[in-house]
Amino acid sequence: MTTPNTAAAAPTLSEDAAAVVLETRGLTRNFGGLVAVNAVSLRFLSGQTHAVIGPNGAGKSTLVNLLTGHLPVTRGEILFKGRTITNLPAHRVSQLGIGRSYQKTNIFPAFSCFENCRLAAQSRLSTSMRFVRPALAYHTVNEKAQAALEACGLARHRDRAAGTISYGEQRQLEIGMVLATDPQLLVLDEPLAGMGVEESEMLIGLLKRLASRYTVILVEHDMDAVFSLADVLTVMVNGTVLESGPVDMVRASQAVQDAYLGDGEEAY
Amino acid sequence: MSAARPIVDRLPRRLLVVLLILVALLALYPAYGPLLFPAKHGFLLQRLTGIMIVAVMAMSLDLLVGVAGLVSLGHAAFFGLGGYMLALLSPAYEGANLWLALPLTVLGVAAAAVVVGFLSIRTSGIYFIMVTLAFGQMGYYFFNDSRVAGGSDGAYIYVKPTVELFGKTLIDLDDKLTFYYVALGVLVGTYLLLRMLLASPFGRVVRAIGVNEHRVRGLGFNPVLYKLVAFTIGGSLAGLSGFLAATQYGFVNPAMLSWHQSGQVLVMVILGGMGTLFGPALGAFILEFARLGFESITDHYLLLMGGLIIGVVLVLPRGVGGWLLTVTEHRPADPDQEAP
Amino acid sequence: MDLWILLIQVLNGVQYGLLLFLVASGLTLIFGIMGIINLAHGSFYMLGAYLAYWLAASTGSLTLSVLLSLPIAAAVGYVIEALLVRTLYRRDHLDQVLLTYGLILIFNEAQRMLWGNDVHSVTIPPVLAWSLKLSDTLSYPVYRLFLSAVCGLLAIAMYFVITRTRFGMWVRAGAANRDMVAALGINVKLLFGVVFAVGAALAGLAGALSSPVSSVYPGMGDSVLIICFVVVVIGGVGSIKGAFLGALLIGLADTFGKVFMPNFASFVVYGVMAAVLLWKPRGLFA
Repeated sequence: MTTPNTAAAAPTLSEDAAAVVLETRGLTRNFGGLVAVNAVSLRFLSGQTHAVIGPNGAGKSTLVNLLTGHLPVTRGEILFKGRTITNLPAHRVSQLGIGRSYQKTNIFPAFSCFENCRLAAQSRLSTSMRFVRPALAYHTVNEKAQAALEACGLARHRDRAAGTISYGEQRQLEIGMVLATDPQLLVLDEPLAGMGVEESEMLIGLLKRLASRYTVILVEHDMDAVFSLADVLTVMVNGTVLESGPVDMVRASQAVQDAYLGDGEEAY
Repeated sequence: MSAARPIVDRLPRRLLVVLLILVALLALYPAYGPLLFPAKHGFLLQRLTGIMIVAVMAMSLDLLVGVAGLVSLGHAAFFGLGGYMLALLSPAYEGANLWLALPLTVLGVAAAAVVVGFLSIRTSGIYFIMVTLAFGQMGYYFFNDSRVAGGSDGAYIYVKPTVELFGKTLIDLDDKLTFYYVALGVLVGTYLLLRMLLASPFGRVVRAIGVNEHRVRGLGFNPVLYKLVAFTIGGSLAGLSGFLAATQYGFVNPAMLSWHQSGQVLVMVILGGMGTLFGPALGAFILEFARLGFESITDHYLLLMGGLIIGVVLVLPRGVGGWLLTVTEHRPADPDQEAP
Repeated sequence: MDLWILLIQVLNGVQYGLLLFLVASGLTLIFGIMGIINLAHGSFYMLGAYLAYWLAASTGSLTLSVLLSLPIAAAVGYVIEALLVRTLYRRDHLDQVLLTYGLILIFNEAQRMLWGNDVHSVTIPPVLAWSLKLSDTLSYPVYRLFLSAVCGLLAIAMYFVITRTRFGMWVRAGAANRDMVAALGINVKLLFGVVFAVGAALAGLAGALSSPVSSVYPGMGDSVLIICFVVVVIGGVGSIKGAFLGALLIGLADTFGKVFMPNFASFVVYGVMAAVLLWKPRGLFA
């Protein structure tokens, strides 16, 4: 049942510069003649969970790819904590503290669940150009990996090959890997994609815990999940921002009702 | 290259025993060889030395192909360059000083590998195969068509490198038996070195790149850098192997750099089992022994070689090494693999 | 440089390029559609050349033997695809490389067993065994012109088949997106078998046609294979147009390389390829 998150009232949405973690200014991306993301200017505030919704082809995934350096920007700017990160390569963006999960499960199936998280945690060593000591002897890395594994609820599958756990668990691992990189901002690209009802409930519980600890940008199709998780909601249509603001306000917006929420839900 | 290759930190105990027995058989060969093959012992000692040297090259290629997913068809260029470095560093009628020649060779080959790697790593898949082939062939034709070190005729190294300490000869590389053990030492040493690398943070990143480079970048690693370092390490080890080959035969020629040589070693890697390290070394022994055996049966031994290779592909999808790993493993899904 | 000599070199380069195209077009389609790196492709070229030599010696007619070598190469290709290659579609690319490497060894050895180690030459049919006089001292062999014409016509025919026919549509769909073939409800097995056989036939034909010009010798498939891979990669894997332009580029680069830098001709070819790939890492038309 959709119970709007009343805790959303906590931050008063006063946009102090200090509270803005990530900001886009006129962000645009073209694919040939198609404008996938069109002059998007958004602010993502510290501590909030900011959901981005929209129908298929609205440009949500492209937006995620732009924010995390997985795609070059055509025009516009991205600022992370006030400094431009426009067109930084993905690995640099990750090192700055923006961790992303993927819509399509993107784990290392032959590695154990622990190794998946361990590798992610290892990325926070000052360098991995270390050739002599075994990777497993870096205890801080192991501890971080273990913590991430526990946080995402997979401690019991620690030594199983990631390819052999269930699909829902792989989605959890996907998030565990992000957590292991010590992110300051989580960018989650449809974490619930393709999951059954029971699996979804599990993961929504996990996402709720994350929402209380991290700044989250959540791209999601599942409306119930979005309304129960998000503080701020942005609706995208055809690459542009239709409406953006506190969840209740956006839900009430006539434009959104007309364009999207009113008749769109059964399409998913 | 999507084949799922798990991390094997510790070989199954039974496999370890098998490998140790094989190494012991090699180490003791000079003792039992003359008894078993009185007529051919000297010949076999030389052949074994040669195979061990090629096995070093095969393992170095496995770091690229089996671990990092960089399928190079130009690896022989570094092997040949290593040989030519020794030929060029050797004075006409005396031996080169190993303490000088070996580091210079490895550094020289490493420098070449950095340049070739830097240019090739921009491409991927079959394009990477072809770019490395192109650079390998350019190396081949450089030594073939120019007057450096004898052109297409190749060049002789009349005196083997000397290994001296305070004017005293430490190791006499001219002695066939001594050199046999040097080759064995390098073989085992290279294996251990690569195992150490694979277990290190560096090795873990490189192995992950071989599976899903995109994801590795998303985690915050710059894959280009890691691939370049892996390529350079692999190239340098191939250079070391070429240095030893040139020392053994006292001769270098452009064929050392040719794509045939690269292709043969690639076959050793795939047939032996990509990413297993010990597999490609075994692959070198299997192919060379098969050749020896088939040659003694028939003139048309290539027919049998071709059949053997096709048979292995059809029957053992993960190569000989992968098969050995499977059969020696205690149980398929044994959870007590990685100790904390 | 004399204008006539320049013309002769251009003709030579184009002729070599067109011949390479016959071999490379099959190679690029087999990789593009089936995802197979077929190292044994050069062996079909060798097979064609030896068949031409052998049949010409026994039938006395090169024309007949060229025409006969075509279906034989196609049949051998089809059988190999059906018996061996087909088992590997779901496997790692490198397994296919290994398999086709094994095939090279078998082809080479079979060639030695059947026809020995000697270099053979094939006589040009009398109708074509004359030269076109260009100036007092220069002339150009008509057979080479004939060769260019045949290859050129085949290239045009291939263009029409690929752009205008249903089979061509499948081929284009497969080269653009391998998964699409199955989705379109095409008989994948048949398509793969035919593509492999046609590739083999074209390579065999190239070998047969070129036998009077280049002579017939052991290992002739290997060098053609490598140079054709260069062509394929320059053009962009799976692209017929790319293979065509790549073949001409390499044909001319090799010919002029031999004229201007006789000592480094081969160096030039690989240099061209490296340069193209550094400029466009996925070839010209991928």
